[in-house]
Amino acid sequence: MSVATPTAPEAAPAPALRTALRHPAVRKLLLLAVLAAILVPIVNAKWASGSWPHALTVDASGPLGKASDWIIDNRDSHWLFLYFFGHISNAIVISVRAVYLVLLALGWAGVTAAATLVAWRVAGVRIAVTALVSFAVTGLLDMWVPGMQTLALMVVAVLASVVIGGLLGLAGGLSDRTFRMLRPVLDTMQVLPAFAYLLPVVMVFGIGVPSAVIATVIYAAPPMARLTALGLRGADKGVLEAVESLGATGRQRLLSARLPLARKELLLGLNQTIMMALSMAVIASMIGAAGLGDRVYQALSAVDVGAALAAGIPIVLLAIVMDRTTGAAGERMGAEPSGPKWLRSKAAWAGVAVVTAAVAVAGRLAGSQVWPASWTVAIAAPVNDAKNWMVDHLYSGVPVVGGTNDWAGHFTTWVLDPIRDGLQDAPWWGVLLVVAALAWLIGTWATALTSVLAMAAIGVLGLWQPSMDTLSQVLAALVVTLVVGFAVGIAAARSRRLEAVLRPVLDVFQTMPQFVYLIPVVALFSVGRAPGVAAAVIYALPAVIRITTQGIKQVDPSAMESARSLGATSGQQLRQVQLPLARPALLLAANQGVVLVLAVVTIAALVGSGALGYDVVTGLAKGDLATGLPAGVAIVCLGLMLDRVTQPTARRARKGA
Amino acid sequence: MARSLKGRTGVRTRTALAAVSGLGLLAATGCGAADMTKQSSPYVNAQGAKTVTLSVQTWVGAQADVAVAKYLLEHKLDYRVDTVQVDEVPAWDALSQGRVDAIMEDWGHPEQEQRYVKDKKTITAAGGVGVIGHIGWWVPKYWADQHPEVKDWKNLNKFARQLRTPESGSKGQLLDGSPSYVTNDKALVKNLGLDYQVVFAGSEAAQITQIQQFAKQKKPFLTYWYEPQWLFNEVPMVEVKLPEYTDKCAEKGAADPSTVDCAYPTTPLQKYLNTDFVKHGGDAATFLKKFKWSKDEQNEVSEMIASQKLSPEAAAKKWVEKNPSVWKAWMP
Repeated sequence: MSVATPTAPEAAPAPALRTALRHPAVRKLLLLAVLAAILVPIVNAKWASGSWPHALTVDASGPLGKASDWIIDNRDSHWLFLYFFGHISNAIVISVRAVYLVLLALGWAGVTAAATLVAWRVAGVRIAVTALVSFAVTGLLDMWVPGMQTLALMVVAVLASVVIGGLLGLAGGLSDRTFRMLRPVLDTMQVLPAFAYLLPVVMVFGIGVPSAVIATVIYAAPPMARLTALGLRGADKGVLEAVESLGATGRQRLLSARLPLARKELLLGLNQTIMMALSMAVIASMIGAAGLGDRVYQALSAVDVGAALAAGIPIVLLAIVMDRTTGAAGERMGAEPSGPKWLRSKAAWAGVAVVTAAVAVAGRLAGSQVWPASWTVAIAAPVNDAKNWMVDHLYSGVPVVGGTNDWAGHFTTWVLDPIRDGLQDAPWWGVLLVVAALAWLIGTWATALTSVLAMAAIGVLGLWQPSMDTLSQVLAALVVTLVVGFAVGIAAARSRRLEAVLRPVLDVFQTMPQFVYLIPVVALFSVGRAPGVAAAVIYALPAVIRITTQGIKQVDPSAMESARSLGATSGQQLRQVQLPLARPALLLAANQGVVLVLAVVTIAALVGSGALGYDVVTGLAKGDLATGLPAGVAIVCLGLMLDRVTQPTARRARKGA
Repeated sequence: MARSLKGRTGVRTRTALAAVSGLGLLAATGCGAADMTKQSSPYVNAQGAKTVTLSVQTWVGAQADVAVAKYLLEHKLDYRVDTVQVDEVPAWDALSQGRVDAIMEDWGHPEQEQRYVKDKKTITAAGGVGVIGHIGWWVPKYWADQHPEVKDWKNLNKFARQLRTPESGSKGQLLDGSPSYVTNDKALVKNLGLDYQVVFAGSEAAQITQIQQFAKQKKPFLTYWYEPQWLFNEVPMVEVKLPEYTDKCAEKGAADPSTVDCAYPTTPLQKYLNTDFVKHGGDAATFLKKFKWSKDEQNEVSEMIASQKLSPEAAAKKWVEKNPSVWKAWMP
């Protein structure tokens, strides 16, 4: 005892250090610090710090310019185009045209009847009514023909995505090696902003519907592939063994056991594919998708928010109908089909076809096939008046709080500028180190390596400065989104009434095309980076609020019960039980938030946010591969890095994006 | 054993499915060559209607051309008209491929003209629109009235302070529009030694919204803008005189765009048609070739569309009813 006393003060730091060292985070950081201590002086001596060294960049504009010239000169003569791309493009044109002609032949009465009956059969009365109302509203807004064009394009794009995604998923579900190869690729594709896909597709296929369909498929197929693979792999081992012991062949096992067992995942995949395809509807209009998206795009270039909204509402309604129908089909799996008796029988699908045909013929006999022009309502003018009133009263000179324009100015000067300048002036190896540390702390050394390589790729492309500009906007928008989103999400989790009020609002905001937000935010916040940040926050908030609310509500009730029995106040319960237990959900919300914010911040180049998005817009507008493609790749790298540093362990199925 | 079986099934299913989809594709498209550049939009000629596809550019002047042409084609010549919004350079590409039949207003793209009209001959020039386009720098009239000296570029630096915004930082803001528009502004600012920062609005819509907002506040601004444009009716603007445009300066600029130090040229706006459409387009092609009107006539329609918020169709109808003598001359 007496011997131990004098040594105690000396021994005290050792166990502290040892426990600290046992903590993996500290070990990782320490290793990284050692690595940095060795590498930084070398790197610094060779290339100096500050922005990415010029010696380490590769100028790709020469070869890219040549590639684009080659494509244009050979598009009508080279075999690659004549016998490969040409057939793909032709097949798309023929399929879209076929669907479009069928929709036109059915007429508005037939299409509405078919949609309502199908929804009734698979999803129940309420959703059938939603479908009926949605199609009627599309007609009322005088959007029938563009609506059918978009629907035809969507049908083809979704079918192609399901087939391609399904095949990839099947391969991944049946072979471990394919799964290991596919998984990271699919995970990554899902977080990339759609904007980055447009230019390469347009270079090969030219402006028009084929490009739009292909860009949509690239964007929408990954969730189908991922969920198919996961569903097949998650099949109950016991059932599989039972089937095998019955002597079933491989194919029989697949068709009779594995696929049916994975039905829920397959339907969820279909649901996500549809939602992602619809979210491309407007973006794809930049490369000639026509239909509703084009109406939104045209209206916005005439600064006509009302007309843009009139075309945006049918997109939202279409999305809601399809989401609810496939969602309900997944939930009711195995339950009795709904609807009146004739709809429930085995021959129901024939019944649906017969009734649809009858209604279509009746519609034809009654006169018009397209929606009658006299049954339309013009909403553009009142919407524009409302927007103007809002802008007039909020823009500037509001007493005490100042106008939105003043806020935007302060936000730019006090928040965006310092972050941007800080990032741009920071030594490039410093940025890499921070990225490595963050990614390693939250994931594995592989995540850290991927993130660092992604950032290095940006530097090599010579786009370090604009990328740091984009990154600063993403960070600022993310902070605002998370602060507001967590606050509202927590409030909604604690008040049933608030949640009920929020739900439809979130639904609409989540499916509304991002483009519709862009013009009102310019009117409120002036041209520049501030409106881009505002649009990004509006777009990302619904997902963050929703995930937060769900996460907090799913906290184990027994934990809450015991906290309450210990006399914890409501605030204590929140801080000490709900928030810590909901941590995975909050992290997921941050991850979702960052992905959505990046998508909008790049599109916001259309309202003056500059940086990487501006290069992509320029590339698209001028058909300039050399400007657009490297910027697109840099956005992809940025997205990859941001996703990796915010993504803890297993990823959950995500929706939209 | 189980594992290898699984693997084989996967491969077999995949090949079978791939073969089926491949066959389907071939069956749908035939086995020969498929020339993408000859494929039209899936929405044209639905149910036997004769269809013309027009490219609409983002600025409202071009929308006015298209609106009137569309109205006349539909109501006087019995065509169905589809419009597609495409940016300028991709529109040339689409026109060459026959995805669109006509560009109604082009502001001069010598490189594309060389490639498609002269070399490949897939596009045919169809004469002028009758409107002369002019690009320049403009300030609002209410501000120029107070400070007449702002109308000369040499005095611009004196006003840089007044034109600062959060985006331009310590310099004055020169507002630019869409990246697709022809602009030398960055070179001009540098070569003329101006204390200004070019801020790109990113799209014309954003630029117009910003100008309207400045005008409401009676704030000074300096913007890249062009004539004819309906916005002048709503926000009167005065042009800032830049160093005179000369052939020498143009040659220098053509060689290296970063050396430009003079004003923009004036451009007679042109129409272009797809060559196949000219041959087989019948009345529609003849009509589009004859289409020609004046700056004031175009502005009348533009203004109805953009500031009175009439739909392009309603604006075109109003104008067509009022001016039969003008459009009757375009009829085939």
